[in-house]
This record gives sequence, structure tokens and C-alpha cells, in this order.
Amino acid sequence: MTTDIDTCCGLVEVQHATVRFAGDSGDGMQLVGSQFADIASLVGNMIRTMPDFPSEIRAPAGSLAGVSGYQLNFGDEQVSTPGDAPFVLVAMNPAALKVSLGDLQPGGLVIVNEDEFTESNLKKAGYPENPLADGSLEGFRVIPVAMTRLNDEATRSTGLSPSQRARCKNFLALGIVLWLYDRPVQPVLEWLMLKFAKAPDVMAANGAALRAGYNYANTTELLRVHFHVAPAKLPPGRYRRVTGNEAAALGCIAASHRAGRKLLYASYPITPASEILHELSRHKEFDVLTLQCEDEIAACCAALGGAFAGAIGVTGTSGPGLALKTEAIGLAVMTELPLVVINVQRAGPSTGLPTKTEQSDLLAALHGRPGESPVVVLAAATPADCFHLAFEAVRLAIRHMTPVILLSDSFLANSAEPFAIPDPARLPELRVPTPKADNGDFAPYRRDPETLARPWAMPGMRGLVHRIGGLEKQDVTGLVSYDAENHRRMVDLRAAKVAGVAQSIPPASVEGPAAGDLLVVGWGSTYGAIAAATRQARAAGQAVSHLHLRYLNPLPHGTDEILRSFRRIVVPENNLGQLASVLRARLPLEITPWPKVTGQPFLIREISEAIQELLSRE
Amino acid sequence: MSNPTLAVSLDQTPETGTSRPLTRRDFQSKQEIRWCPGCGDFSVLNVVQKVMATLAVPPHQVAVVSGIGCSSRFPYYVDSYGFHSIHGRAPAIATGLKCANPELSVWVVTGDGDGLSIGTNHMIHCLRRNVDLNILLLNNRIYGLTKGQYSPTSDFGQRTKSSPHGSIERPISPVRTALAAQATFVARTMDSDPAHLAQTLEAAARHRGTSFVEILQNCRVFNDGAFDAVTARENKAEGRILLHHGAPVRFGAGDRKGLVIRDMEPVVVHLDSDGVAEDATLMHNAQAKSPALAELLAALAPPDFPMAFGVFRSVQRPTYDELLMDQVRQSKARRGVGDLHALLNAGTTWEVE
Repeated sequence: MTTDIDTCCGLVEVQHATVRFAGDSGDGMQLVGSQFADIASLVGNMIRTMPDFPSEIRAPAGSLAGVSGYQLNFGDEQVSTPGDAPFVLVAMNPAALKVSLGDLQPGGLVIVNEDEFTESNLKKAGYPENPLADGSLEGFRVIPVAMTRLNDEATRSTGLSPSQRARCKNFLALGIVLWLYDRPVQPVLEWLMLKFAKAPDVMAANGAALRAGYNYANTTELLRVHFHVAPAKLPPGRYRRVTGNEAAALGCIAASHRAGRKLLYASYPITPASEILHELSRHKEFDVLTLQCEDEIAACCAALGGAFAGAIGVTGTSGPGLALKTEAIGLAVMTELPLVVINVQRAGPSTGLPTKTEQSDLLAALHGRPGESPVVVLAAATPADCFHLAFEAVRLAIRHMTPVILLSDSFLANSAEPFAIPDPARLPELRVPTPKADNGDFAPYRRDPETLARPWAMPGMRGLVHRIGGLEKQDVTGLVSYDAENHRRMVDLRAAKVAGVAQSIPPASVEGPAAGDLLVVGWGSTYGAIAAATRQARAAGQAVSHLHLRYLNPLPHGTDEILRSFRRIVVPENNLGQLASVLRARLPLEITPWPKVTGQPFLIREISEAIQELLSRE
Repeated sequence: MSNPTLAVSLDQTPETGTSRPLTRRDFQSKQEIRWCPGCGDFSVLNVVQKVMATLAVPPHQVAVVSGIGCSSRFPYYVDSYGFHSIHGRAPAIATGLKCANPELSVWVVTGDGDGLSIGTNHMIHCLRRNVDLNILLLNNRIYGLTKGQYSPTSDFGQRTKSSPHGSIERPISPVRTALAAQATFVARTMDSDPAHLAQTLEAAARHRGTSFVEILQNCRVFNDGAFDAVTARENKAEGRILLHHGAPVRFGAGDRKGLVIRDMEPVVVHLDSDGVAEDATLMHNAQAKSPALAELLAALAPPDFPMAFGVFRSVQRPTYDELLMDQVRQSKARRGVGDLHALLNAGTTWEVE
């Protein structure tokens, strides 16, 4: 945003805007951030959000470690990331200001709760002088607001205690930002009525704080301008806001529903995958069985036991848990059962940075098992895509009788965007044929000639009694076999079965021209940043295209042809170059990795730098 | 047996067999059995197949799940559904299997290494949850399949390939571990007494909840005679107590020995010479609220005491799979059968024209 806010006045049109709410973890920043996201959505904006909360559960109030932030980018349909740099920062205390200021756009707005800039709070944040007074915020437009005092006055007439009333000031801050972006307060008031129907005092106090913030901004002419953000041209339909983890859970339920099977989700709590377990455990009326197991191994085994029984067996985890599930995934490869493993990646190795994002489990997913152990690997590109790929993971698992690893990451898990709600009746039908009990010659490893899948015969079915296990199986009969030639054949068959999944998935396609100077190849959560940066490059007349791989094993048909059609290839990844190494092993092409391993997603600007650097090479 | 929540019917073909009673042969698979000659596992397999026939659950409603080890070859030899899985994980796989289809009769066959070394965690949590499974732990106090290392139940000082100077580990007690994990059915039996084995396994199978049965099983090749002190013909009378619920604890020639508790310690008394009244000796109560008596009996061991066999504990508690299904039923009763359209459209939604 380049608007000069001091020379304009009135309502200014902008294409998109990035706002960050930051405060103490107890200040309710996530709540007002998500409320603002809903309001932006309701008036037709594309949104993309990113919460940033401390890994400590209850860090000391006022400390840097206790700052909780919620960043939101909203605007037209070009919005595809949470925004490189906020234009508006709402800082509820000195620590929030200190943590966030470095990310802010030059000339950006800083709305601070000046009441909290006390000597003690400044000390906790490590400020030797009050930044509101020492000139250190020059270059930003600082708007000090006495939020604590205004909130106290606005809520005084309610029957709440002073400490209860103090908790309303997040809504006061929200009121100010709603005015700034010309948004209505009414939907928030309606939401408060629903949310606090049983606590009318709390509802009234929050509503009063919201109105007070809005009216304060309106009547004091906080700024000479306020902004109107362009609505997005989204495809028609009904939408809701989802995070990646919510979407993955919904995708699993939708898929099991369309398959006519129970969903058995077994998991061990782990950041950042736990919300999938939380979400699924609330929906037992869909025949969703959630098992919180004693460990990651048990979770994978219970899901596999469920799959043996004919349920849709799913387990979810993050890096450390994926390591523990390795042996059971190998058993699923050998027994050729449909198992879905959702790996919400985080920065590793080992415990790493549990709340920070990374894409460094790709090679582990592709190759991280002893033995020749092929599995299907998918990676969701956006939060809403987690729905589609969870559904797709189930579809491929049961169609091809194979384990499928779905990669998400901490960024997708917690980030939200609009989700075009599908009509359930138009989702693909996932019913798989039930094997027929034939006169005593049922063969558990007799394969479907097209997919090479073996039949899914479940315990309880008469006439199909059979045994499976981790020992090598004789082709067709499934009996234990130590025969050398049989082993070679089975290794080949398992590999061919997974490779054949390429027949069941859409071919690769590029955004931008089919050939040109530079191809940016991405997978997973880098989608938004790469899409925006490559679009900008094309708008500037550069021949730059974007190939985004949602299927990592097998790669879609047409991938190699696309790769060969560009002079240069760059692969931005939140790892040291894992997809780049996979592609290099495939084709003798010059492929440049572009790593970022700071625990943070790529900014659009960083991808643009990669593009310009590659284009400038001779 | 039908499962109304599974859209795919499990009984797709009409009953093809006759209405004759099931026999052991109905549970015998065609797979060649590959245990060593004289292995105690043969006896257990025979008895399990007999008991399965007695229970009259058709083979297609039975699933046997195992881990890794000699005893874990079991599923291949039973003509039911079977899953020979990975080391130590059978209870976890069986939990998923049973929850996904509670109609099945699910058996877990494990060993001392599989169930109480690499898989102890799953074992304990399975027992604590009371999943409706029958767990048979074949205890030969040795690693057989890997050719003779000491196991977690091997004796202190036992010399094996990996303990040439004697094991320096105290053995774990399967029965006491199960009791500590709050198992609702805990028993001990032996391969050398098929009648006792059969009656114990039948009681285990009829129990609702996790049934845990330790089976002392002789390994001819690597640990022959490990249980002679309690199972050999000449030691029968003095070496073992056969427990009966509601009956006094007795052993010795003519069952004239009993137990009393003095200073919280069990003491052997001779009813004919120690001047103790018949009714002053310890009675067995497998249904006691407190597991203390079961624990006391389970800890009895040579050389100071005989070893106790039979059902130590048999109490009723809702099973995990039952409670899980109850929650599913209650959710459906409260909210109706899941409506995908409503689920996807829940919360704040908006229309784009």
C-alpha cells in the first residue's frame, strides 16, 4: 500500500490490506483477529490469516515470550498469503510492539494501547525508554489510544467485575480497526449475541467496548483517511473460513461418508496436528471413531487394524511421530491395506521448533522406510486444499489398496482462508467393490488388472477368511513365501501398483505459459507466495511460470515435459532442497534449490528475489 | 451377526455350511506348522482350536492377531481371519480391529518378549482400557526365534547366549503386570495340562473385556525344563496351586496344605499338623473389589511357595469398544445420523454471487 495517508482524506480504495493484532496471550488477539477475518469474508474479500502464538502455554504477562499475534491479509482475489508486511499493527502492550515492529511496512500505522506503556511493562519488554516518546518510531504513523481507560468507561455500566471488564478491550481495538477499514460492526454484535447468549453481561460489555472503539475512531478522526478494500471476484458459491487442520478433518469425514465406511482416526497428541483429533472427536454421529492412543506407534497400528476391519483408517502426526510410525507404515505396504497418514510438518529434526513451519519431511515421506517400501505421497497447497487432498488420500488409498501419506505443515494447519463448500452429492463416490465369496478359491492377493489393488476382504465376511502379515506373501494366494523369484515379483508389483496411481490423478499443469525462461516449482504451503510472485513477474512482462505439485509420488503425468520446457528451474522450499534433489535424480536438468529454513513461510518478496536472481543469471 | 453402522453388509452370501456343531477341524488351516518338534505351542494351538469350536463362533467371525516371535506364527495355523503383525504391536492393531467391528471375536497371541518387552506399553494400555480381546501370552522365558537370548521373564542368573555370565535382570511377572494394569480378567495356565488350559481359555473367551492369560510354555530347544519345578509330574502336588473361585487355597498331597497371612506375609500351613482350622486358611475370591489377594497369589513362586494357576481375577467393567459405541449411539440420538451437508455448512458462511 503506497497511499500517503497524510495528504489524502476521506475513503481511499485499496486492493488489499494486511493487519496484525498483537497482544498478551490473554488479550484475546486470536478471537478478534478471526472475527475481523469473518467480517472481511462476509463483505466479499479474499482472506488469508496466520496466527502466531507462543509455544509456552502461559508465558508471564507482558513478556516478549507471551506475545500472541494474528495476521490477516484481505482484499481482492489476488490475496494468496497472509501478507508480507502488515500495514496496520495493533499493539496492546510494549512487548507486542517490540515483537512485531520489525515486520511492519515502512510508513505503516501503529495503533497502541498507550495505557499499557507503563514503566513496569516497558521493563518487561526490555525497552530502556518509552518508544512512544523517544522518537524511535519515526518512520511509522503512531496512533496512541487510551484503550484501557476507554474500555473501562464504556463497560462501567455492566454488571461485570473490573477484571472481567478489562478483558473486553480486544473488542475495543477491533472496533477501531473496523472503522479504519470501513467495515460494519453489526455482524460482530450478532456473533456476540450467539456466543454469549447465556452470559448477557459479557455480551453487553464486549458489544459496548466494540462500539466505543468504533465511535472513538469515527468521532476523533483518528486519521484523515480510512480505507475501502476491494472485494474479491471469487467463483460463485457458499463459503466458510477453514484452517488446514479443520479442512483435513472435514475431508476425512466427507471421504468416509462417501465410501460408506466408518472412519477410525487414531492419533497421539502432537503439535501441530492435534486439532485434527479435536475436530474429529466431536463428530461421532458420522460413525467417526477417534482413539487417542498410548503412543504414535499404537496410533498407526490401531488405524491399520481399523483398515483391516474395513474402516477408513487414518492417523495424524508431525515429524517425530512420523519417525515412530515408520515400521507400521511398512506393514501397511506389505499387507496392502488402505492407510492414510496425515503428517503436519514442523521444523525439525527431533523436537525442533514444534510451533514453527517447515517442509523438511518430504524425503522421509517418500523414502524413509527400510525395504522397498513405496507409498503414495500428497501435499496440500492451501488450508482449504487440505479438505480436497484428505478426500483424495482416502480415495487413492482404497482404490489402490495402499498407504498414502498426506503432507501438510504448521503454516497450513493454523492459517485460514475461504473454503468453497462443496455439495456433498457432487463429491466423488468412493464405494469400492466388496469381494465376492467364491467357492473356496478366494485369493487375498489376486489383483485388479487395472489398478493392481488386491481385494479388501474384511473379517466378518463369510467365505473370504484369510491371513495377512508382514512376512513376504506368495503372489495371488497371499500365503507366506520365502521364494526368491516370488519376492522379486512382489517387490515389482508393489512398486508398479503405486506408480500406476499416476493413471488416477490429474496430469501436471502450469500457471503461466507452457514454456519460457523460468519455471518456479513448488509443493505444499509455498503455493500462495509462489503464485503471487510469478503472477507479478508475468505482469511485468517476464516469461515465468509456476508448477505446483500436489502429488509427490507418483508425480503426475506431464511433469517431465513441463520441466524440460523452461530454460531455468528454481525450487523454493522450506528445507534445504528436498524436492529439487528428487527432480534432479529424475532429469538431467539444472535445477536450483531455493531454501528457507527459519520456521516461517516464504514471503512473496523472497520468491520475487529468487525469480529476479535466476533471470539475471547468464 | 450384522453391523448396522457398516454400510457394507458383512454377510453377503447365504449360509453355505450345515448346521452341524463346529469342531476343532473347522479352525485348522492348511498351512504347514513350522514349530520345533515337541514345542509347547502345539498343545496351545490344539486347545485354542477346540475352545473356539466350543464357543460356536463361526470362523469368519474370529480374528487372531499376533506380533513377532515363535508364538506369533499362530494366526497362520488357525483357519479364521488373521493378522501376523509387527513386534509388540498386536494389542494396538487388535484394538483398532475390535473398535471398527465389535462383532468380531478377537484373539491376541503374544509371547514374553513380544508382549512384555518391546510391546509392554501397548499391553498395559490395552488392559487398562479393557478392550474386549482375549490375550494369550505364551511365556517360555527365552527368545526362541532369535535363537536363545534371555527374555524379560528369564530368571535372574539364567545363562543364555546373550548372558553367558548369568542374567543380571530381575524377571517381570506377566500376571502381576496385568493386575497392576487393572485388567478385568487375569489367569495363568500351562501347556502341559490341556484340560486346565482348555477350561482357562474358555473362561477367558467368555469374559467381556480384556482377558489376559499367561501360558507357561516349554521351549524344548533353548530353555527345556524351565517350568519343571511346577509342571513336572513329580512336582505337581507340591509345586502348584489350582485356584478355584470361592474355594480354599489348597495344595500338597491330598490337598492338605493351605495358606494363612501373618504380618502381611503368606505362610504355608499343614492342616493336619499345624493346628490351623480349615476355615482359617485363605479362600480364593477372583471377584474381590481389591486386587490385593490376586496380587498376593500371583507373587507366589518356588522355591518358597508353589505357583498358583487358574483365574486370579475376573471382574466386570464396561469395555472400551462398548463405551466407544455408546458415544456413537448417543451422538446419533442427540444430533441424528451425520448430515454431511450440515457439517460442511456449519458456523459462519457466506454466499458469493
